[in-house]
Amino acid sequence: MKSTLPALLLAGFILLVLAVASLFVGVSDVSLSSLMSGDAKSLQVLLVSRAPRTAALILAGSSMAIAGMIMQMLARNRFVEPSTIGTVESASLGILAITVLAPGAPVIAKMITASVFAMAGTAIFLRILKFVPLRSVLLVPLVGIMLSGIIGAITTFFAYRLDLLQSLGAWMTGDFSVVLKGRYELLWIAGALGIAAYIAADRFTVAGLGQHFTTNLGLNYRRVMLLGLTIVSLVTASVVVTVGSVPFLGLIIPNVVAMMVGDNMRRSLPWVAILGAGFVLVCDIFGRLIIRPYEMPIGAVMGVIGAFFFLYLLLRRTSRAA
Amino acid sequence: MIAVEKITKTYGSSVVVDGVSITLPKGGVTSIIGPNGAGKSTLLSMVGRFLSADSGTITVGGLDVTKTPSDELAKRLAVLRQDNHLAVRLTVRDLVSFGRYPHSKGRYTVEDERHVNEAIAMLGLSGLADRFLDELSGGQRQRAFVAMVICQDTEYVLLDEPLNNLDIKHAVEIMRLVQQAARRLNKTMVVVLHDINMASTFSDVIVAMKNGQIVASGSPAEIIQPDLLSQIYETEIKVVPVGSRLVAIY
Repeated sequence: MKSTLPALLLAGFILLVLAVASLFVGVSDVSLSSLMSGDAKSLQVLLVSRAPRTAALILAGSSMAIAGMIMQMLARNRFVEPSTIGTVESASLGILAITVLAPGAPVIAKMITASVFAMAGTAIFLRILKFVPLRSVLLVPLVGIMLSGIIGAITTFFAYRLDLLQSLGAWMTGDFSVVLKGRYELLWIAGALGIAAYIAADRFTVAGLGQHFTTNLGLNYRRVMLLGLTIVSLVTASVVVTVGSVPFLGLIIPNVVAMMVGDNMRRSLPWVAILGAGFVLVCDIFGRLIIRPYEMPIGAVMGVIGAFFFLYLLLRRTSRAA
Repeated sequence: MIAVEKITKTYGSSVVVDGVSITLPKGGVTSIIGPNGAGKSTLLSMVGRFLSADSGTITVGGLDVTKTPSDELAKRLAVLRQDNHLAVRLTVRDLVSFGRYPHSKGRYTVEDERHVNEAIAMLGLSGLADRFLDELSGGQRQRAFVAMVICQDTEYVLLDEPLNNLDIKHAVEIMRLVQQAARRLNKTMVVVLHDINMASTFSDVIVAMKNGQIVASGSPAEIIQPDLLSQIYETEIKVVPVGSRLVAIY
């Protein structure tokens, strides 16, 4: 395999350009000249809203894409990610539970509760998979979709009974317009977990080879699974708590990267992180521009672009297999 | 030396491995033969610590496989199971490199690199090293898996039906390689085989299993006998000497 480093650096540079663009797109006018002229309002918008929003986009985008990739290794299936197997739904159920039981709880308590629920939901999924023949590639995502449907239904039921449907909708739809300084910092945890995933990259790739290969190479399969489960759940919880669900990302990005450079996570993870962040930035900037001065939530933009993209992936795959 | 003592494994009411005791010598090629459902793969899985036995003990080079830390054992014992189906997209070199994991823990040294290149060359995969496994034929993929366990460079290597998917040329090459690894590098190779004639030609010891038990074990001359084979496989089998070899005809 020839080195992908030059291409990776180029991708990193494009990401940087997108990040700078993201700083200057929005309703209030922030431009280089207004900043230079010492306009206090511009500077404030930049520091309180635009910079945090851009940071949140990069952190959430890269960490959710990484979470998707880890999930695919753990489930040994290309077509799963946290929002299609019940992780996101479980996290929302957790947020609902703490909102009802302890309305005044600090945001970190919300995140911890969401993480615990997310972990439980994902563990149930992995446990069910033990009884599913792994060769049937389509059965695995179907099981995930059913499980997330069930957990989602439970959440909706309680939200309906408790008159919280609207808040639930807000949690479930990814939206970065709510990001302000002081209200997104939990996402740095997700970013740190992305780095942890890079350190453990070889273990996850080995786990993706299956239980026997993992044992043969002297690794404890259950421990690797638990580590992956923890990272996926914490990342999902911190993203859902701060900006809501960002669907499809964990599905599309790892698949694209697998086609480009393969699945050896030591090599592919930086790509997943950069492309994940870049894709979220593009979708968010697009959402800010398309109906300006209003904004379209990123979840909607991503759902549309993501669905088309995913369809393309599937068709491409089948035509190649045929 | 691999010592198996009174190992039993049951699934529900069916006994898959039934109180097996056997000692496999250190060094040389040992083949395990027997009909489907004889318990060969199950026994191999227990030696490889993939499965825990209901009772009995297994030691590999004096180390109890259930009590020795797995990462220690991974430097002494490599196991390749049959039917390896990968969902991940890796290159041949990626896969073979993971064979070094027990030694390097992910920090590849020049020494690891050398092992990887040797293993790739040994299995005739040099031209395919940077290809993805999903772009290869079944036989090429099988050779890549064998390269991975060779690269692990352990004293003991267990291969479960490594000749699956291989044509005659590559099957013979793999068996020669197994024999060389035993002769030159003094490794202990244990191979589950379906082809009796491969076992007859390349083994130092043959172990015959049936119904979860060991029916016979010994040199090829002792095991490749018409009566014994006919009884094990429930098929009439004749044995004809060809040169220095015994060939089973069925």
